[in-house]
Amino acid sequence: MSLPPQLRRISPTVWELPVSYKDGMLVPARIIATEGLLAGMDAGVFEQAANVACLPGILRYAYCMPDGHWGYGFPIGGVAAMDPAGGVISPGGIGFDINCGMRLVLTTLTEEEVRPQLHQLVDLMFTRIPTGVGCTGFVRCSRSEFRHVLEKGSRWCLEKGYAWPEDLEMTEEGGCFGGADPDAVSDKAVERGFDQIGTLGSGNHYCEIQVARPENIFDAATARAFGITIPNQVVVMFHCGSRGFGHQVATDYLQSFLRVMTTKYGIKLHDRELACAPFRSPEGQAYFAAMKCAVNMGFANRQVILHRLREVFSQVFHRSPEELGMHMVYDVAHNTAKLEHHQVDGTMREVLVHRKGATRSFGPGMAGIPECYRETGQPVIIGGSMETGSYLLAGEAGAAATFFTTAHGSGRTMSRHQAKKMVKGQKLLGEMEQRGIYVRTDSWGGLAEEAGFAYKDIDQVAAATEEAGLSRRVVKLVPIGNIKG
Amino acid sequence: MPYKFLDDIATADVAFEAWGATREELFAASASALLRTMVHDPEAVERREEIEVTVEDGELDMLLFSFLQELVFLKDARQLLLHPEMVRIAEKDGRFRLESVLLGERIDRQRHPLVVDVKAVTLYRLRVAFESGIWRCVVVLDV
Repeated sequence: MSLPPQLRRISPTVWELPVSYKDGMLVPARIIATEGLLAGMDAGVFEQAANVACLPGILRYAYCMPDGHWGYGFPIGGVAAMDPAGGVISPGGIGFDINCGMRLVLTTLTEEEVRPQLHQLVDLMFTRIPTGVGCTGFVRCSRSEFRHVLEKGSRWCLEKGYAWPEDLEMTEEGGCFGGADPDAVSDKAVERGFDQIGTLGSGNHYCEIQVARPENIFDAATARAFGITIPNQVVVMFHCGSRGFGHQVATDYLQSFLRVMTTKYGIKLHDRELACAPFRSPEGQAYFAAMKCAVNMGFANRQVILHRLREVFSQVFHRSPEELGMHMVYDVAHNTAKLEHHQVDGTMREVLVHRKGATRSFGPGMAGIPECYRETGQPVIIGGSMETGSYLLAGEAGAAATFFTTAHGSGRTMSRHQAKKMVKGQKLLGEMEQRGIYVRTDSWGGLAEEAGFAYKDIDQVAAATEEAGLSRRVVKLVPIGNIKG
Repeated sequence: MPYKFLDDIATADVAFEAWGATREELFAASASALLRTMVHDPEAVERREEIEVTVEDGELDMLLFSFLQELVFLKDARQLLLHPEMVRIAEKDGRFRLESVLLGERIDRQRHPLVVDVKAVTLYRLRVAFESGIWRCVVVLDV
């Protein structure tokens, strides 16, 4: 693909589209990527990053991370910080799957200990953690009780016995965004999601058993600080969000913003998916309060999945989850908007950071991360395809350049349909099993769609974030077992 | 089938084009495409339960958006997979009103070869148009 001729190289990892690139741009757009990753980006990235740069109140730059590809409104990998006073909030800058995120859990088991039980373990995970189209969870929660989930997130899980106190500490924002207002949420959203707590969903959502092999450790000291201390240690990583509830909240407000954006607020945009409202407007505040409900649902969802995982491991290995050392490394979201304090034009000020397919990456010494990670920086979890592996990284001071944000995954390069034409799900399953990866799914087609070759090279993405100073690689984790919807 | 999946529009998601001689046929074809997105063999979904869906909008493309979104909602809220049975669209005072009947059943993982969960209908490149004597639409689904 040919790159826009106006694209300027600022540094080996920073590329800029000037405001002259497109009518209405208020700030330049900056793509963070190596030359190799940039060459593989689709045209949508540049158009959409430029569209984001047109949003009222945007500060400094519209950014796109190294794993960027086209999305709805914002590119996936899009980051934009708005002035809360005069700027907008846009559901398209957060994504339909609000608080889609990653969680990483330790064990004290080694690959050698897990291998003999791998099939039993993955089969039991597949039974206990619902996956796939329209799946519902084991938590019986009334619609009124669900309001508490929306207000409290992981704290609700702690009250109900689905969390250890330390889990909350190891979750971004303590597993709860304050100010969530269930009254800002439609009955439809509640109806769609109240019985989906503890479910994975489908698409690229998965729960994976992974191994930290000694040769894949990049930074031994930080790996130790993150709890990776044994050769061939087994960990569990999972990726999912706020399920149908969050999808409905996003859809509801996309429609509501479209009705008022131009008529009431006089905002005209290049793309309806960028529908937005002034942050301080009644509509903007209602969405922010509803979005927080979905964020909290996402945290609760991943917390209940962790509870089930602990039960599964305990049953298979006949030891308690505590004895198995099933502590969380961290839980970090990659589809949110948050009020945070950042440097803008030399002064520290409050800004509204949209991160869509982009991970918060707080560096060493920063407030807002657990005490035990103050010296290392925040753990950053970047999920790869189910074949190729994933990365645990640490936040860096250099991420100040991107409002302390880094990449979130490997990013698709091949369409789902094309991937299915290239490989059949059952054949892929056989090939993966030969390579020592046991997968359970109830969708053969869906499995083929997630084949490793459909994604960008995760090694390149992780390396690019390090080269750009956003996050540093700690350990690459390789899969041995996976369940997906 | 009066729809086809488009490969080059939505790398990470699912896009389809549907068509019909009338608006009603177009909307029914779109509902069938949505079902096929989630189930490999739509005929495995038996027509056991009847559901009525009514939506209104001032714009035809937003009417299609709301109609498909309602079916996505029913997939999660009631675990229903649905075939379109009847679609009627009336126009009054510049607004469209769609009344429809759909037939289907609850998701059964044993009998339904599921493909992928649909999170949302998007507005990305959404278009409904009457061209060369036929109604056509393009829809991108977030999965």
